[in-house]
Amino acid sequence: MRYLPHIDSDRKAMLEAIGVASIDDLFTDVPEAARLKGLVDLPLKQGELAVERAMSAMASKNISAGSVPFFVGAGAYRHHIPATVDHLIQRSEFLTAYTPYQPEISQGTLQTLFEFQTQVALLTGMDVANASMYDGSTACAEAVMMAARVTKRDKAVMAGTVHPHYVEASKTLAKYSDVEIAVTQPSVGGLDELIAAIDETTACVVVQTPDIFGQLHDLRAISEIAHAKGALVIAVFTETVSLGLVEAPGDMGADIAVGEGQSIGVGLNFGGPYVGLFACKNERNFIRQMPGRLAGETVDADGRRGYVLTLSTREQHIRREKATSNICTNAGLCSLAFTIHMTLLGEAGLRTLARLNHETACELADRLGSIEGVEVLNSSFFNEFTLRLPKPAAEVVDELARIGVLGGVPASRLYPGQFEDLLLVTATETNTESDMIVFEKALRGVL
Amino acid sequence: MAMNTQGRPTRMAENVATGGYGDTVSGSRGLEQAEPLIFERGGVENTGVDFPAPKGSKTRLGGLERTAPIGLPGLSEPETMRHYVRLSRKNYAIDLGLYPLGSCTMKHNPRLNEKVARMPGFADVHPLQPASTVQGAYEVMDVLAHWLLKLTGMPAVALSPKAGAHGEFCGMMAIRARLDADGETGRRRVLVPESAHGTNPATAVQCGFTVDEIPADAGGRVDMAALKAKLGDDVAGIMLTNPNTCGLFERDIREIADLIHGCGGYFYCDGANFNAIVGRVRPGDLGVDAMHINLHKTFSTPHGGGGPGAGPTVLSEALAPFAPLPLLMIDRDNPKGMAIMHMAEHESELDGKDLHPFGRMAAFHGQMGMFTRALTYMMSHGSDGLKQVADDAVLNANYILAGLKGVMTQAFEGHCMHEALFDDRFLKGTGVTTLDFAKAMIDEGYHPMTMYFPLVVHGAMLIEPTETESKGGLDRFIEVMESLALAAKAGETARFQAAPVHAPLKRLDETRAARQPVLRWTPAADAAE
Repeated sequence: MRYLPHIDSDRKAMLEAIGVASIDDLFTDVPEAARLKGLVDLPLKQGELAVERAMSAMASKNISAGSVPFFVGAGAYRHHIPATVDHLIQRSEFLTAYTPYQPEISQGTLQTLFEFQTQVALLTGMDVANASMYDGSTACAEAVMMAARVTKRDKAVMAGTVHPHYVEASKTLAKYSDVEIAVTQPSVGGLDELIAAIDETTACVVVQTPDIFGQLHDLRAISEIAHAKGALVIAVFTETVSLGLVEAPGDMGADIAVGEGQSIGVGLNFGGPYVGLFACKNERNFIRQMPGRLAGETVDADGRRGYVLTLSTREQHIRREKATSNICTNAGLCSLAFTIHMTLLGEAGLRTLARLNHETACELADRLGSIEGVEVLNSSFFNEFTLRLPKPAAEVVDELARIGVLGGVPASRLYPGQFEDLLLVTATETNTESDMIVFEKALRGVL
Repeated sequence: MAMNTQGRPTRMAENVATGGYGDTVSGSRGLEQAEPLIFERGGVENTGVDFPAPKGSKTRLGGLERTAPIGLPGLSEPETMRHYVRLSRKNYAIDLGLYPLGSCTMKHNPRLNEKVARMPGFADVHPLQPASTVQGAYEVMDVLAHWLLKLTGMPAVALSPKAGAHGEFCGMMAIRARLDADGETGRRRVLVPESAHGTNPATAVQCGFTVDEIPADAGGRVDMAALKAKLGDDVAGIMLTNPNTCGLFERDIREIADLIHGCGGYFYCDGANFNAIVGRVRPGDLGVDAMHINLHKTFSTPHGGGGPGAGPTVLSEALAPFAPLPLLMIDRDNPKGMAIMHMAEHESELDGKDLHPFGRMAAFHGQMGMFTRALTYMMSHGSDGLKQVADDAVLNANYILAGLKGVMTQAFEGHCMHEALFDDRFLKGTGVTTLDFAKAMIDEGYHPMTMYFPLVVHGAMLIEPTETESKGGLDRFIEVMESLALAAKAGETARFQAAPVHAPLKRLDETRAARQPVLRWTPAADAAE
């Protein structure tokens, strides 16, 4: 087996050194009845060529986004990733390192985490950010739990327009805690109902912008009301690129900002791995109540600047059952990809990228909105908007797929039994004019 | 610091302040290049990407256009490349040398896995595409599930957990849901051995349970008398790592399972150490009800400096109906004669199926990028190769144990499984601590072993070589460790306390980092305020 260095004479010599006659003698603690007599009933080992062929056969049964006009978003977005990013994250020293528990020989990872934390804090308009979470949805769930700890209150109110998967993940994490989560009715519109739901017992109000329908929200009014009642505001975003063009949550009064960082540096990957962003203000005991890893600056014995994982007294390996969260890892390599891509972009590049996304989406909205019976519901959007169609969106999406267009996500896929005529459509810098022409024509054809 | 007596320009203090060396003008030393933060290198106008010019058309942002500067620096492509290549060289890595972190399973990460994960049919596919366009992705999940179920001897697996701790959460939530469904609302106590990973107690609490610790016996295994004394009708279950964190197989595991089941509880097995038994022992034959599998340990997906991982969780018949959403539905009985798959994403799609998912754990449906890598690894090994993995992992650990138990102190008598546990008795009176010993290993070119874990052993040193180390490599490692142990005993204390001296940095002041947290870069003007 190509990954195993020993040859039989090595094994024999090693068994002798250990002082046993056979490898089985090292497994005698296993109860007799649980020792497998033969091999597990699975195929035998194969060479690289055969395995690659088998995996490739499965890959070829999927329609990849880059092979067709593609307008799917709703929490994961297709963007161009510079070749440099994938090259650098495949450096052995990044790819095959463990969590940086020995800082003297992990400065590469630690400094990039420090850069990542700073980039995320700047983007979201927050004071600090952690070293990343599993994904946006779990970051959202952890933010709700943090808000309850900080405010010592146990009621959370989530807007119905927060990505339904994020709402569900939050409910799962809170299920057996004291935290109760109320969700307002989803609709393409404003935040009035959400504002009305805040009272003196509310720990936090959770609002997404751009929301699941693509609509943008000004968080200033809701922040003012929430703060007056002692509640925190958690701002959620699923499209990080939007932060290059739209006001940052921290600048609109949010206390915690959480979101999905996949758009920067990480491919679609059929849903994972992604990278959760988690940032907050440096107020009260916020930092001590944050979940997840944090890299911090310090000096070595010679006074040279360096970085370590810090404030670990919040974490499970020290605090065990009293930890802020059971989380043990971050999204290491994906956060590195994010940081490298963001470094390549810089502020100038990010702003241009965001503007290109917005302009492409505006153009697509005009095209599709001009089709008879089709209506764009958003009064505002970034790169994603909602269409009302004259027939069920799920049928339309399937018909479009049959003719080679991936035309968005039916809202009913996220809200079963509701919004059957609504289609969520996304455009990014990867969409060409010809993609849009094909989409428009195809949509006219299937309606 | 050297005196500047010849009027040469010097930036030494500045170099030190940004992490460089204080004895060269550049702050670098040969191949060790000093590298400040991107925020100290790039400006907001620098960029490493080219885009077409925006048209400048009207926006539809509802008046929410960002006006204030963000402050994000950019770098050109060559500068970006150099910055991160330089930083990479300050990391230890499995590709560089033995990485004997016990309980972490730092094995070789095959590059075929990386190639496969990057096939456009996997990497460039959206999780919400229509089912007809992602049948190959569902097939990967189905085949991966098949391998995991065969290897564990279990009936069901939840693929969506994103890491080991997330898998623990999955399994314990399924137990909680099952107990609630059975009206067992009085069962809230979870037994957790003292030697457990910290995630276990943290997870139990997250599921609304209380934690009751069980001590280890003198041999490093669960103290059976203590366990029996803790049983009762308020016990929800046990969370037990097997092989345990002392590197030992729990000999009484089937009796433990019977005792827990006998009192009405469930058996959660922490599968962090599955690498020791894969292909040789099936957890299903041990009475396990739930177990997460760290694809990033046993099945070689890269650790990436701390993630991403993946923690698929196998479930027994009793727990399977409570598995989290989404659920992969497979229609193998259709006119076309081929499996047609779709993802049930909501409870409303499960009518009449007697399934009661405890909820959704995260957006979408799991770490597909890890599934493709792990499946590639499994298919490469096959059932014969995977058994050889366990054999060689256990062989290597015992070889280290045999080579070092004469000079270091073995924590518990007997053979070990995939990792060898030592305590610090051999350092008694030397003034050298486990931490000092670990740092001295860095000077010898090795990543230290896991230190001070498990907590049941004083000054623990947990060494897991994995199966991908050669005999020659192990021989050199044993020789180095032996010589370090002898040096400590010979009174070379100062050398240990100063270590490491051959690393990119010397020991870092962790107390300062925690007492005066600096968690981000701030511009000098702001920092001075």
